[in-house]
Amino acid sequence: MQLELRGITKRFGALTANDHIDLVVAPGEIHCLLGENGAGKSTLMNVLYGLYQADEGEILLDGAVQHFDGPGDAMRSGIGMVHQHFMLIPVFTVAENVMLGHEQTSFGGRLDLDAARKRVREISDRFGFSVDPDAIVGDLPVGVQQRVEIIKALSRDARVLVFDEPTAVLTPQETDELMAIMRQLRDEGTSIVFITHKLREVREVADRITVIRLGKVVGEAAPTASNSDLAALMVGRAVELVVQKQQARPGPASLVVENLDVIDPNGLKVVNDVSFTVHEGEILAIAGVQGNGQTELTEAIMGLQPRVNGRVSLGGQVLTGLSVRRVLDAGVGFVPEDRTEDGLVAEMTIAENLMLDRSHSEPFVARGSLRLEHLDGFAEEKKKEFDIRAQSISTPAGRLSGGNQQKVVLAREMSRDLRLLIAAQPTRGIDVGSIEFVHKRMVETRDAGIPVIVVSTELDEVVALADRIAVMYRGSIVGIVPGDTPRDVLGLMMAGERPSEVAA
Amino acid sequence: MSGGTPAPATTTEQTADQPRANAILKEIVNGNVLITVLAVLLALLIGGVLIALTNEDVQTAAGYFFSRPQDTLLAVWNAVSGAYVALFQGSIYNFRRDDFLTAIRPLTDTLTYAAPLIVAGLGVGLAFRVGMFNIGGRGQMLIAAAAAGWVGFSFHLPWGIHLIVAVIAGIVGGALWAGIVGLLKARTGAHEVILTIMLNYVAFYLVAYMLRTPGLLQAPDQVNPKSPPMLETAIFPPLLGPAYKLHVGFIIVILATVFVWWLLNRSSLGFRFRAVGENPNAARVAGMDVKNIYVYAMLVSGGLLGLAGVMQVLGTVPTGFSSGIDAGIGFDAITVALLGRSKPWGIFAAGVLFGAFKAGGYAMQASQGVPVDVVTIVQSLIVLFIAAPPLVRAIFFLPDGSRRRRRTTPIVTKEVEAK
Ligand SMILES: Nc1ncnc2c1ncn2[C@@H]1O[C@H](COP(=O)(O)OP(=O)(O)OP(=O)(O)O)[C@@H](O)[C@H]1O
Ligand SMILES: [Mg+2]
Repeated sequence: MQLELRGITKRFGALTANDHIDLVVAPGEIHCLLGENGAGKSTLMNVLYGLYQADEGEILLDGAVQHFDGPGDAMRSGIGMVHQHFMLIPVFTVAENVMLGHEQTSFGGRLDLDAARKRVREISDRFGFSVDPDAIVGDLPVGVQQRVEIIKALSRDARVLVFDEPTAVLTPQETDELMAIMRQLRDEGTSIVFITHKLREVREVADRITVIRLGKVVGEAAPTASNSDLAALMVGRAVELVVQKQQARPGPASLVVENLDVIDPNGLKVVNDVSFTVHEGEILAIAGVQGNGQTELTEAIMGLQPRVNGRVSLGGQVLTGLSVRRVLDAGVGFVPEDRTEDGLVAEMTIAENLMLDRSHSEPFVARGSLRLEHLDGFAEEKKKEFDIRAQSISTPAGRLSGGNQQKVVLAREMSRDLRLLIAAQPTRGIDVGSIEFVHKRMVETRDAGIPVIVVSTELDEVVALADRIAVMYRGSIVGIVPGDTPRDVLGLMMAGERPSEVAA
Repeated sequence: MSGGTPAPATTTEQTADQPRANAILKEIVNGNVLITVLAVLLALLIGGVLIALTNEDVQTAAGYFFSRPQDTLLAVWNAVSGAYVALFQGSIYNFRRDDFLTAIRPLTDTLTYAAPLIVAGLGVGLAFRVGMFNIGGRGQMLIAAAAAGWVGFSFHLPWGIHLIVAVIAGIVGGALWAGIVGLLKARTGAHEVILTIMLNYVAFYLVAYMLRTPGLLQAPDQVNPKSPPMLETAIFPPLLGPAYKLHVGFIIVILATVFVWWLLNRSSLGFRFRAVGENPNAARVAGMDVKNIYVYAMLVSGGLLGLAGVMQVLGTVPTGFSSGIDAGIGFDAITVALLGRSKPWGIFAAGVLFGAFKAGGYAMQASQGVPVDVVTIVQSLIVLFIAAPPLVRAIFFLPDGSRRRRRTTPIVTKEVEAK
């Protein structure tokens, strides 16, 4: 089905998120939307999906003008969307989720689960998904949950499929599989809109590329364009895709982790006997496929995990057993991997979020009262420094685009007096221009003599930043290797193998 | 390595479902003023219909509606306008009186009724903001009334000091009673709704028992479960002289409103209250002790409801109390907090409105024979409409203000088609 957007304009108050956007997606085409954080990509797709009503412009499917009052209308017209945050009900089975919203009932109003099961099987066979229709969605890995979303869309005969940053949460392998699925769908004639910040993926699958900046289409690019060309088109200036950094000059060991175990609520050891040190002025990257204990490891250092054995100390001060408050006070900065869940209070303003973990003492609080003038000044400064794109510092953080939300968290954590910085997926969902900026700041933090831990599932990021790399697999550290270790060796280690040339 | 595949990233187990449960609270807090005003108008309109339907003159006239319809219409007009005029006269200004000082008396009655409603509403609203439903207003008020009342009738202290001690005793009583809930929630994860409801029963029977037991709260010469009257030194003195019921407690109410406003918007504790109320996970990661915050919030909330109990026992009815002293205010407070969108000055305004309904409702019944229940229905309708903003928007053809979904307004459709 041919999708055409004509002159779509969407305003939020004074802000024009989409400014007369024209876009044509031909049948059997993967069309990539590229653009900075806050450029208006998600807004455009939400308009297409009927979640927002355009202020101007029209949506055409095969030449016919459409009116969508809600996602229901869009779905009926053959539009499917895979959101970055899945819209699945975790306690339902796959079949129940797929059926949800257009339940078929048999005689007497009984739900026809069998039909739904059959549909799930059909579709997963067609694409080689291997999804069990009776599995509970909450128990499935993220990558599989995403497939359920795709099945859901396809079961409604979606002829136009929108993927809004689908790869941000996937492992490299899952990403490859997703791209194969997208190609297969394309070959069957589905029109696909694909939004991502990862240029490698764009060049791999895109048939056409449209670049959006500040709500306007600024140009098209060929899939053969180089990374730096794409980046420049997106951001409007040349971007350094590789971090410039000097050789690290590590000082004495600062963070010492000894024999750390973390036991999850089910009694499983999710971090198993982990020991490592991080020196002052050094970046240690923790690499590994998502879900191999990295999250729990950082949470254990922060005092967020209830059941921990072993010892963590920072510059001689023991951190294990301290409350989160105390760990933060000891000078640990923490960028949690899930910013909406753990990093921000969506209803609070940008300014308030910038002081979220400093509501106890100077400089934001004096004698139990907030010092609002000080906070405002601080927030204005950070908004400029970190280039947070928002109407004002009193915009609720939940209104920001994903990347700008991430910048708020980074700005907060990186503007304290730090003795250790732990950043989990610091560039998840942010655009290349911002990645350049964040990486620069990390290296500056390191050069100021602060130990830095970067947890990342992105090999690119790991390789770009790390002075040393610890690879985690199933809760244990497979090995700690120098920053210039070849990628294929890292890949093997991420699968749990320890290549012979790697010392323990 | 001990066990199978590592679990996917799960963070805080206990608080994980909290944000979703708070969706309703958020909708209520973030709704706009226009909807509130329209909800009140709409409720009054429907109240008018009810008044007309239950009026005898209207019923008689409707019997010959087709021969003389104007009679019915006139009867409807008389019934409804009569009732609402009586409501106004009973609650704000009685223009049938000659001198201003007597005519304005209903307004002071309104404020007197509003006093406990406002502080109780503040207590419930504060808990809302921290993501908790405090349904335990009744229990907290009863315990507070018992504490303040006991100090009020049995202590002999100098003028001024006595009142202050009694007020503090009540606040502390309410705070501790609610504090139990906060503590249990924090330690065991029990849900505060269940806890507060259960503690309402406990408080009710406890106070009833004490009121039946001579030597505890029962008046010495009484057979009824009733306390002795408050000593003169423990009663809130009248604010505008003996001719009016309005008492000094109302000043405390204004101070309490300012305090809660400051606490929520300007204090560091309130900052944490709001953060925990809106996203407990992020609050925890930011180093806030979420469990302690729940306890503090319940203490403050209970203290405010306690203050409402104090208003009753030392202000509204200082002649000795029974176990009905809370007068349902603990529950009305929920309504007031909802109507006030859990914002301190919103609650203040809502409390005054409900005070006016209370004062005017009796006048309406006395002079027009309109059952006072109509007022209760109007109050309930207001809340119903506020809880269902799409309903009000639909009735008044307002555009949907929520940001996730925008319905096509006819204008936009036309524009698109014209292209
Ligand atoms: N509901 C809303 N109310 C007000 N402003 C909004 C709303 N939704 C989005 N915006 C603003 O519109 C702009 C575009 O946001 P959008 O989410 O479309 O960006 P995006 O291109 O998807 O960015 P990202 O790559 O970070 O996801 C941003 O400036 C954002 O703050
Ligand atoms: Mg987006």
